[in-house]
Amino acid sequence: MSKPKFAMYWAASCGGCEIAVLNIHEKILDVDANFEVVFWPVAMDAKYKDVEAMEDGSILLTLWNGGIRNDENEHIAKLLRKKSQILVAFGSCANEGCIPGLANFSPASEIMTTAFNTISTDNPKGILPQPHYKMPEGEIHIPTILPMLRTLDQVVDVDYFMPGCPPESHQIAAVIDLVIQALQGKAQLPPKGAVIGAGASTVCDECERKRNVKTIKEFGRIQLQHADPELCLLEQGIPCNGPATRSGCNSRCPSAGAQCIGCYGPAEGVSDYGARLVAAFGSVIDSNDPAEIDRILDGLVDPAGQFYRFNLAGSMLKASIPAIRANGG
Amino acid sequence: MTEDTKTFEPTIIGFTCNWCSYRAADMAGTARMKYAPNVRLIRLMCSGRLDPTFVLKAFASGADAVLISGCHPGDCHYIEQNYKALRRYHLLKRVLGQLGVEPGRLKLLWASAAEGAIFAAEINKFVEEVRALGPLNYNKYPLAVQAHGMVGTEVPA
Repeated sequence: MSKPKFAMYWAASCGGCEIAVLNIHEKILDVDANFEVVFWPVAMDAKYKDVEAMEDGSILLTLWNGGIRNDENEHIAKLLRKKSQILVAFGSCANEGCIPGLANFSPASEIMTTAFNTISTDNPKGILPQPHYKMPEGEIHIPTILPMLRTLDQVVDVDYFMPGCPPESHQIAAVIDLVIQALQGKAQLPPKGAVIGAGASTVCDECERKRNVKTIKEFGRIQLQHADPELCLLEQGIPCNGPATRSGCNSRCPSAGAQCIGCYGPAEGVSDYGARLVAAFGSVIDSNDPAEIDRILDGLVDPAGQFYRFNLAGSMLKASIPAIRANGG
Repeated sequence: MTEDTKTFEPTIIGFTCNWCSYRAADMAGTARMKYAPNVRLIRLMCSGRLDPTFVLKAFASGADAVLISGCHPGDCHYIEQNYKALRRYHLLKRVLGQLGVEPGRLKLLWASAAEGAIFAAEINKFVEEVRALGPLNYNKYPLAVQAHGMVGTEVPA
């Protein structure tokens, strides 16, 4: 009997998700023992036409990481959706946009200018990449950038969501174990649309730091102060995103002395990650005077960046007004 | 003011609290005061109940502006929850500003149960301010986006 087929693809992402998969160490041998890897551009040579030639639904499991930034990403997302039985949005980019999604603060034209026409670029004629170009040998094509970055489920139907930037390796190993057991009939897969490989609660819930009543007179950046190693970071005025962030990482950053930046995305029941943090941070400010509130808030130098670092493309508003208007919205 | 903004009828979602600002609206109604019909009021028990998510959802669903109203400072039925609303309002305004939403599209208004006339006058003022800003159109976010042509500079031959 032939083994079930496995694919992994990267779109607008950094490649960290692929490394996280390899970080499961000897468990990767289980993947090889139980699956036939048919398509995984970072690990093996494969052509899109090979995928196009496969029968629909012939790939059992596809892990997709990365957001949809250009028309090539969109084409492959639709292709792999057709060819896969189980499509997993793998990692923060595919789930909620992540760092590439921060580009949704700006119109695509501005992104091109920044990339090709700023002072650090030697481009005196202001040449931009052209998606189609006629050469003597024939016309050549490169992918075309789309006006905004979209998450995978804004483009195709997604079966499971696995958050994290990147997903923790022990969570990946557990998910792979579960799929293998389900293949052998020893376990059941969760219902479609479920978040897998993560907890349902918040990072604060897993955090071991001591918590008291929070009353904040001043926000400060972590690198500028000596934080108490035992005490809740937010209580010390360090903007920590734990209250809104999904658990599943064993509270890694706060345990290591750094604030949670929110890479596991919104916790169960949070419909807008940034709004939840506005509520959380707003309620712990220790002042009832508008002028003093404003002074305290000045300590949060970039609130939208703080609250939407990983989540802008997947948030309720999805992009800034200039980005939307540039797109005819 | 352009021709467009003169004829434009803004849609405003207004969140009121059960104890003061909703009663102010009620008072305006029973006293037959007239005010602009652009505000859709939603009653919450308290302005402190206002999850900032509600404001973002209103904008994402096509509202041109959002009004948050509650009891005057010190008068909150739940002692101090309107102060939470105040602090969240200040923070939310900064976040929305970074997203390019004009500050004039989010308004905080304290109104006691006796201030029907003030409530009506403030709404009239707010509607005109938003009319001047024009539509926000957050709900026009096109999920099926068109490709960006990347043109603008010709490639030299």
